[in-house]
Amino acid sequence: MTEAKIRTEEMLLNMGPQHPSTHGVFRVVVRTDGELILESQSHIGYLHRCFEKCAEGNNYLQVVPYTDRMDYLCAMMNNWGYAASIEKLTGIEVPERAEYIRVIVAELNRVASHLLAFGTYGLDIGAITPFLYAFRDRERILKIFEKLCGQRLNYSYVRIGGVTFDMTDEILSDIEAFCDYFDPKIIDEYDNLLSYNGIFISRTANVGVIPADLAISYGVTGPSLRGSGVPRDLRRDAPYGIYDRLEFDVPVGSGEMGQVGDCWDRYMVRMREMRQSIRLVRQAIKDIPDGPFCDKKAFRGVKPKAGETYKKVEGARGEVGFYVVSDGTNIPYRVKARAPSFCNISILDKLTSMSDVMLADLVAIIGSLDIVLGEVDR
Amino acid sequence: MNLAVFTTFLGQAGQAIEEKVIEKGIVDFAADYSTKWDGGGEGGLFLAGAVRWLVETYTVPDWVPLSSVINGTLGAETFPELGGLLITIGMVFGFVNIFAIGAVWSERKVSAHMQCRLGPMEVGPHGLLQTVADGLKLLTKEDIIPRLADKTLFAIAPAVVFAGVLMRFVPLPFGDQLIASDLDLGLFFVAAVGAVEVLGVIMAGWASNNKWSLFATIRTATQMVSYEIPIGIAFVTVILCCGSFSLVDVVNMQGGTLTDIDGEAHNGWAWHWNLFRNPFMLILAITYFIASLAECKRAPFDLPEAESELVSGFHTEYTGMRFALFFLAEYAAMYLVAAVAVVLFLGGWWSGIYWVDEIGMGTDTWLASWLDGVLGPTLTAVLGVLIKVKVFLTKAFILVFIQMWVRWTLPRVRLDQMMYVCWKVLLPASLVCLIGSCLWELATGGASFFGFGIVVK
Repeated sequence: MTEAKIRTEEMLLNMGPQHPSTHGVFRVVVRTDGELILESQSHIGYLHRCFEKCAEGNNYLQVVPYTDRMDYLCAMMNNWGYAASIEKLTGIEVPERAEYIRVIVAELNRVASHLLAFGTYGLDIGAITPFLYAFRDRERILKIFEKLCGQRLNYSYVRIGGVTFDMTDEILSDIEAFCDYFDPKIIDEYDNLLSYNGIFISRTANVGVIPADLAISYGVTGPSLRGSGVPRDLRRDAPYGIYDRLEFDVPVGSGEMGQVGDCWDRYMVRMREMRQSIRLVRQAIKDIPDGPFCDKKAFRGVKPKAGETYKKVEGARGEVGFYVVSDGTNIPYRVKARAPSFCNISILDKLTSMSDVMLADLVAIIGSLDIVLGEVDR
Repeated sequence: MNLAVFTTFLGQAGQAIEEKVIEKGIVDFAADYSTKWDGGGEGGLFLAGAVRWLVETYTVPDWVPLSSVINGTLGAETFPELGGLLITIGMVFGFVNIFAIGAVWSERKVSAHMQCRLGPMEVGPHGLLQTVADGLKLLTKEDIIPRLADKTLFAIAPAVVFAGVLMRFVPLPFGDQLIASDLDLGLFFVAAVGAVEVLGVIMAGWASNNKWSLFATIRTATQMVSYEIPIGIAFVTVILCCGSFSLVDVVNMQGGTLTDIDGEAHNGWAWHWNLFRNPFMLILAITYFIASLAECKRAPFDLPEAESELVSGFHTEYTGMRFALFFLAEYAAMYLVAAVAVVLFLGGWWSGIYWVDEIGMGTDTWLASWLDGVLGPTLTAVLGVLIKVKVFLTKAFILVFIQMWVRWTLPRVRLDQMMYVCWKVLLPASLVCLIGSCLWELATGGASFFGFGIVVK
């Protein structure tokens, strides 16, 4: 048969919004040539819930539960980001004990979130067992949170002026027990099971490489940025809370298995961050002072002077920022959230056009960016 | 038939076999059974013979519906052959179904225990009946055919896939003499009929009119066609060393009483299995196992149904029993490739312990003689058959377990990596093994690793 008689066509493939590996209701339209992806076009907005508009109709305290539902996998950091920006706006001093509690819960929540990222990433690559291992251990953290504030996912625990409930000694010892259980035994187990598995490395190394300059120009933050070798971590570079008193390292991708900034690097940054988070929790538990855990006055309502502020914290997926404008009433005039997943996923279409990406790689790339659609769409 | 009649029947059947054994001598009796089956005739399936004997001895009682028809048209002349045929088909089909039910259950349990879970626990003790319940659920589900699907192809595709797998059971032994049909070209048949399954998968994916299914179809076609080559080379190497296409012959050359080139008899031990025949065979067995994982679409080569990429692969659009047929076919194929591996490399039904292997074979080993004294020749013969079935199934199940173990441990490879493994790793490796085995046979004059040659009995 001559070549002219063989006709091949490009195929337009609609991936999502109902697809197992888009981590929620995310839709990518891909133009494929066989297994190769020529072009992709992301579509977001299926989970849009008007967070920012809702915030304009509720008072400052009532906005906190909305922040839970942005990145529902690390609600503590979202709460904290919002609370911190209002505290900056009003000049509320947060009690010392509350600052320690915030670090403990935020780092535990980071571990829980990274565990889920690890598990689902394994699932994306086709390994099912790590997912269940991750859920087994995430469950322990959720149990602790449940004991602490009665919620497993949408905590609303970190509020303006402190935290909702005090952390009892019993919970502290639970957390210590979890740390002893988890690090280093369990993380080593994960590394043995998945991180250094030959097939896993061959699927993720040299795939979806994000060069550092590209990552910065797209506003990629968090583990996805650090995977590209940029050591930027707000906890260290612009310390908030009590992070300047604690010791921890900022793991960055080094291209151990392939190029700097590939999927494996991004994945591995998360695995290493879990160890650092446990380290932080241990330090915070050791030093936690007695005293009040909240500013009672702030809990009854805040009324900042007219003005505006922007404050960001390091979430599990990157920098969670809140720009708040006050007109002097008890209801915010405007709240604008900077959602890390939103910026991180914006690089996807660039990545698929930059290099030869196969369909299976697209799944690996989306997984390695670790998006939460609740936060992308808000 | 009440219990007393049944036990009498069993006694009579046993007696008849015993008489036959005494009349012909056990060696001839065994030889009788190993002659090629001609459709319910002499030999063949043990039970088929029993049914034949039953119908020859008894006529169907009047109270049985259609008894006159059975006794008349399908009387003593034709019924046994047909009955034997039906029994054979029923045995294979029944085995596949029962295996699939058991395998699905054990897959769930294996995965559960590997993942710190319990797995199904509600239906029956330890969830044993969960698969049965699921089967019933699938049976009662609505059979949906998408509006824009190619209806004919869509409807028959699961049957084609299932038939493709089931047909490969024909030349596959379950134990000594327990075989649907010992085809002369057994291994060739297994390899050739495997292609029917690919056809069914392509039909299913194409007819679904779903882009994801189409992707899966193309993947399946590439994968299964590619991996048939290393598997074929593994077959060729074994055929070359054993000098026979028949699966029974291949097994017989790995155990029992072996005859070497000079006509001298040797006791067959585990180290006479093909796996240890020469160093190349050892590598070949590994390449075969890896290729067989790809052949039956198991992880890490489960690209055709990669749930995180292609939703559910070529059976995305299938529901109810049609979906269940794909499922059955997958599990049947798991057993099939494992059983073929057992035949090719792991000594088939031979346990690898000479004395155990010789129970009921009419040879004079101490264990066989002692059992003869204790149980009598008939029961010993039956025991021998049962042991061989047990050994064969155990070996196959161990391989199936390893397949599950691999599945729940490893991630999935990418399409290009899958092709790389096939064409650049497995194919050269198996070719080297083929040539190496050839040279080995030439250099040693057909001798195995342990110094003596084995020829077809």
